[in-house]
Amino acid sequence: MDRTFLLSTLWKYQKAKGFISENDILKIVKKLKISSIEVESVVSFYHFFHKKPTGKHTIYLNNSIISEIKGFNNVKIAFEKETGCSFNEYGNEEFSLFETSCIGLSDQEPAALINFHPFTDLTPKKVKLIIQKIRNGENVKDFSSKTKSKIQNTPSDDKTVIFRPYKIGNSIKAIHTNTPQQIIDKIDKSGLLGLGGAFFGVGYKWQSCKNNEDDAKYIICNADEGEPGTFKDRAILQHLPGLVIEGMILAAYATGAKEGIIYLRAEYQFFKDDLDTLIQEFYSKNLLGDNILGKKDFTFNLKIQLGAGSYVCGAASALIESLEGRRGEPPVRMWSATKHGYKRKPTVVNNVETLAYASRIIELGEDYFLTLGTKKSPGTKLISISGDVAKPGIYEIEYGTTIRDLLSIEMSQATSPYFVQVSGPSGECISPAEFDRRICMEDILCGGSFMVFNRTRDILQILRNFMEFFKEESCGVCTPCRAGNFILNEKVKKMQRGLASQEDVNEIKKWGNIIKLASRCGLGKSSPNSLIYSIDKFKEYYNLKIAPSNEFQNVEFDMEDAIHEFDCVIKDTQL
Amino acid sequence: MKNISFKIDGRNCTAEKGQNLIEAAKQNGIFIPTLCHFKHLNPLGSCRVCTVKQNGKTLAGCTINVDEGIDIEVNTPELLDTRKAILEMMFVEGNHFCPSCEKSGDCEMQNLGYETGIRYTRFPHLFVDRIVDARPERIVVNQNRCIKCKRCIEEIFTNDGYRVFNFTNRGNKTVVSVDYEQEAKLSEKQAEHAMHICPTGSILVKGKTFSKPFGDRQFDNSNSDKNISLHDIKKHKSTNKKKKRIATTSLAGCFGCHMSLLDIDLGILDIIELVEFNKSPLTDIKKFTKRCDIGLIEGGCCNTDNIEVLREFRKNCDILVSVGECAIWGGLPALRNTISLEDCLKEAYLNSITSEEGETVIPHHEDIPKILNKVYSNHEVVKIDYHIPGCPPNANHIWNVVKNILFDEEYSISYPDFKYD
Ligand SMILES: Cc1cc2nc3c(=O)[nH]c(=O)nc-3n(C[C@H](O)[C@H](O)[C@H](O)COP(=O)(O)O)c2cc1C
Ligand code: SF4
Ligand code: SF4
Ligand code: SF4
Ligand code: FES
Repeated sequence: MDRTFLLSTLWKYQKAKGFISENDILKIVKKLKISSIEVESVVSFYHFFHKKPTGKHTIYLNNSIISEIKGFNNVKIAFEKETGCSFNEYGNEEFSLFETSCIGLSDQEPAALINFHPFTDLTPKKVKLIIQKIRNGENVKDFSSKTKSKIQNTPSDDKTVIFRPYKIGNSIKAIHTNTPQQIIDKIDKSGLLGLGGAFFGVGYKWQSCKNNEDDAKYIICNADEGEPGTFKDRAILQHLPGLVIEGMILAAYATGAKEGIIYLRAEYQFFKDDLDTLIQEFYSKNLLGDNILGKKDFTFNLKIQLGAGSYVCGAASALIESLEGRRGEPPVRMWSATKHGYKRKPTVVNNVETLAYASRIIELGEDYFLTLGTKKSPGTKLISISGDVAKPGIYEIEYGTTIRDLLSIEMSQATSPYFVQVSGPSGECISPAEFDRRICMEDILCGGSFMVFNRTRDILQILRNFMEFFKEESCGVCTPCRAGNFILNEKVKKMQRGLASQEDVNEIKKWGNIIKLASRCGLGKSSPNSLIYSIDKFKEYYNLKIAPSNEFQNVEFDMEDAIHEFDCVIKDTQL
Repeated sequence: MKNISFKIDGRNCTAEKGQNLIEAAKQNGIFIPTLCHFKHLNPLGSCRVCTVKQNGKTLAGCTINVDEGIDIEVNTPELLDTRKAILEMMFVEGNHFCPSCEKSGDCEMQNLGYETGIRYTRFPHLFVDRIVDARPERIVVNQNRCIKCKRCIEEIFTNDGYRVFNFTNRGNKTVVSVDYEQEAKLSEKQAEHAMHICPTGSILVKGKTFSKPFGDRQFDNSNSDKNISLHDIKKHKSTNKKKKRIATTSLAGCFGCHMSLLDIDLGILDIIELVEFNKSPLTDIKKFTKRCDIGLIEGGCCNTDNIEVLREFRKNCDILVSVGECAIWGGLPALRNTISLEDCLKEAYLNSITSEEGETVIPHHEDIPKILNKVYSNHEVVKIDYHIPGCPPNANHIWNVVKNILFDEEYSISYPDFKYD
């Protein structure tokens, strides 16, 4: 049964009334001839769908670690005070307040989405003003924030690949002079690796999709950018979206796909109209549609599908599930997407940045690309830098650049950096001893998120934020990730309360490794990474956190804490 | 179908090409534990207790189709421990009170607990408040016991092809929910099928759960020699010169474990010649008079007095043993751990039907112990050296452990002596 329309239909209902009612579900149920619980299972999976009425204005405040260090708590209190509502409790007719995972605005935190329009660099004062304006009946869209990220750095001497002048259709012209195979060969030769986090060879992926003969094939652009601290895909989609569309067109040409979908995370819907307009321009210039650029039989149609709030849907296999109208559970993988992907047809899923690079490589030539970067990772890379730096924003760097360079006065201007999180919570933390490591295949790769924390930040607070994120975003289908991340989070809490021994620290490592070993998909397999790494990399810190042992050979029991509740109850009931 | 050969833990095996690894291993005499795996269903790959390695890469065994030359690892120390850990995660994630569970003895998860020898869980119990949904027509879904294996979701359909179960929510809030409209269409037989395929006691059919009595169930292997052989004790009498000292106590327990201690019948008379009981309800000695070799603790800690006694035991005993489920993780008294202390106390003392408004108080006085915010397992309070599961533990099991600790005698616990109920 074709359920591919499900997400869009649910969005329609959600937007019309602020929630999805029993009645709405029944309408879908009738059409699809499935049981209500199946639709409910989808509705309840996605963070932005609600089964209970929400207020006229929904406010989603980012609770990522960057938001936290930039003043999340005070902003949260301000929202509650000004609206008279509490977070995560559905509020009243006017307002509903929710916390949400990173919304891709880490260079402008704390930030919130109000009716899905962005409001950035929030302060309690600003919040007061915003709520006043809303109460005065002003249109939220009209006074929402500008969000285009600053391009803080591009490599010198014409080494810039992405952020150079762009002319629509420049790279697609190549279809006149190249066969599909030649396009793939060029991409392959350039050594371009997927930039969504898995660094899988792009040429290889396109080739296998091409090789799998079928009556339909699909190109999917993964614009779900959910890794906290990453906003490079948003930057591309706001600055140079044409590059991404051209990358998709080239992929379609190379593989024989006729349809493309941009899976845009719901948090980015405030610029969806701009993208739609651009797609129309491509159509009107005959860069999309039938017989593209006069090439007979080269047809490619493109549309945008909105996600609905789920980090795991960024994982290619879960993304396809989501597109097909199901919960974003990564399926038990038997086939690769290039064989049985979307609608069981050969499918290429590529990241936004990957597609942008593909089109630049075709435009500028793979040989030029190969002169840049390192041997194993040629070219440049976009890094989104946030946290304790003077200049947060987007950095295009040549592969091989050191972390120290990125932190330097010439680049992000970090102030006494101490803990650097590379590639987001699922990536790796870096201590000052490793600042000379280079961003490249030969040393450490970076998916795009680069969060800097200075000496005043508490490491356990950072890690706790990461664990809360995974606990919330796990799809819930497999035991080690669903239960394991919950358990690890409890362990971190225990450490924060000062009730941990050396044994607890060792257990974090052991338990983390069990989760990594046994989880079904990349989320669980990488969720304990930072915790595990931090234990060896920040030994002195952990040594300070360990409680001295006692005569009972166990430090974890806290008598005061254990009787506090009883004392309170007695006090309260005696009045 | 073509026959292929492959390796499990270095052993040569043969099977049909493409056959599911779990079945193929079984045919070659190798057991891989499973919970979500179910005959004709597409592999669900949700529980992960079948985790194995294929050519060095960890995978869920039930999702592997065997092929020529593949190299599978099943029983390496790392994998054995990983699988055990995953089961332990299931125990702590739900609320598994086996002694009060209708499925006990028929439960696949409990059985795997025995198979893998889980005496206590390395993880802290999470005690999440979960609902028991009795609204459906024929069945009851007890979320405390669901391990989210997905079997019911993929297997139970109405005659006209509608799903009855599905996941709702996500992350650690994921639960299996019932479609009441569809459930009402199930026949009695279909409902019972749902109960039987559920590997835990999560799905029950109203009025149908006790058709087979405890003790006669699938995994209740009968116990042939119920009593400790007296010969066994006498042997030590002649070799052992100095009497060893034992102390015992019951904290938040029901004295059931002490009853089980006494279950060795006449053997107790022989034991008295080998060991000497110090502080213990059996001797009525209230204070430690000498340092003891071993302390047996029944029950967990629910009030401040329990904590003090337990700490005293830690100070006065060389080896401390948690005896029974309550001591190990709270057991039945921990039923209250999913509810706040305030609600518990108010329900018990102020709002119960027999209490008159304004007339009752929550007992408190400087001379009576304070109630803790939750029931703690003993190893959360002091270091515990050994755990003996069971509610109550089998007398043989206790005796075997004591014997091992006091006389260094090798021992093994036979399947029927290993119980959670
Ligand atoms: C939990 C998880 C989340 C992911 N999130 C994203 C994402 O937000 N964006 C993305 O492009 N890739 C993401 N990926 C990687 C994708 O699975 C996939 O590798 C990628 O989209 C392929 O495109 P590429 O080869 O161009 O990188 C994620 C993977 C996992 C396991
Ligand atoms: S690892 Fe986590 S996100 Fe991935 S399938 Fe398992 S529960 Fe879902
Ligand atoms: S018998 Fe099974 S389902 Fe019931 S409580 Fe024990 S482990 Fe859980
Ligand atoms: S109810 Fe039973 S069959 Fe269904 S998922 Fe839970 S444990 Fe599995
Ligand atoms: S039996 Fe293989 S994952 Fe459950």
